[in-house]
Amino acid sequence: MKEILSDLERWQRQGKRIALARVVDVEGSGPRLPGAAMAVNEDGDVAGSVSGGCVEGAVVVEALECLENDTRKMVTFGYSDDEAFAVGLTCGGTIHLFLEPLDW
Amino acid sequence: MADETPIFATVQQLIASEAPGALATIIDGGNEASPNGAKLLVRPDTEPMGSLGHPDLDRVVIRDALGELASGTSGVRHYGATGEARQDDLSIFIESFAPPPQMLIFGAVDFTAALSRVAKVLGYRVTVCDARPVFATPVRFPRADEVVVDWPHRLLEKVGDDLGPRDVICVLTHDPKFDVPAVISALKTDAGYIGAMGSRRTTEDRNRRLIEEGVNPDDLTRIMAPIGLDLGGRTPEETAISICAEIIAMRAGRLAPSLRDSEGDIHR
Repeated sequence: MKEILSDLERWQRQGKRIALARVVDVEGSGPRLPGAAMAVNEDGDVAGSVSGGCVEGAVVVEALECLENDTRKMVTFGYSDDEAFAVGLTCGGTIHLFLEPLDW
Repeated sequence: MADETPIFATVQQLIASEAPGALATIIDGGNEASPNGAKLLVRPDTEPMGSLGHPDLDRVVIRDALGELASGTSGVRHYGATGEARQDDLSIFIESFAPPPQMLIFGAVDFTAALSRVAKVLGYRVTVCDARPVFATPVRFPRADEVVVDWPHRLLEKVGDDLGPRDVICVLTHDPKFDVPAVISALKTDAGYIGAMGSRRTTEDRNRRLIEEGVNPDDLTRIMAPIGLDLGGRTPEETAISICAEIIAMRAGRLAPSLRDSEGDIHR
């Protein structure tokens, strides 16, 4: 969270709505530990990261959806037999993210 | 959740001031009383902020959050609706905001300046300590958070009890007059890494003096000396990298070979 604080403060001063995505759990090989955070504002500007650059693009889409619908949700990225996991981590692990609007 | 409570503003202050705290968030399985997104901010010796929706749940999570904070870890825990153990109705993410780990560097030498720079990049709070006021100046160590003019063992008498497994002591004095009492004091702390600079001959000489001073020979195995990984570097900056690499490897319990020559997942 620390590395994105200055961006968050700037966006808050500008009155931007912000979605926060935090890594809450990692299975197998994952590049970032629980607590790694990424924020997306209503314009689609990004701060921070939750992986080594593998899933950030998909997180932006999910985060903007959170803002649009004012919802909170868990999102999982990783290798799986399930075709639904279109986006994976190149390191082969699975990360679980919690996404929510920064309204607290 | 209590929308009127500015929990995030408090989290911002906490992180900015490097004060300890842990934020619990319901991330899955929420119900009407305890919805997903409900938050509880826990700080040592301070009233908690927010609520997860039930006083029994709050009480259990406060206890667990203080435990996560003490070890500096973050993760998901599962509870029953009112905090029961061995149930998994609610998934709660507890995120620790632990103060940065400390690195104490004894000896105000060129290697100290380079080491303080690399340690800051890794997120350490860096204190440089040397008894010689001519050398121990903030101008020489602009990246250090604190420069203390004192004997290292006297500084450790003051702050040694606060050091834990995440903290690091690097003795770079390589002068027996300073580094023998410094290492003796360092061994009394719970610091996770104690390293001492010097040639193999200096190291043997220091070990002999330490045993003469009454140090248990078994405790000498705690001291990484000569300090650093065998990278073959020569400059202060290269030496700083080898010291910090050794600190990371020791924390992770690795032998630190090259990735090419080892097997298995890169992130374990």
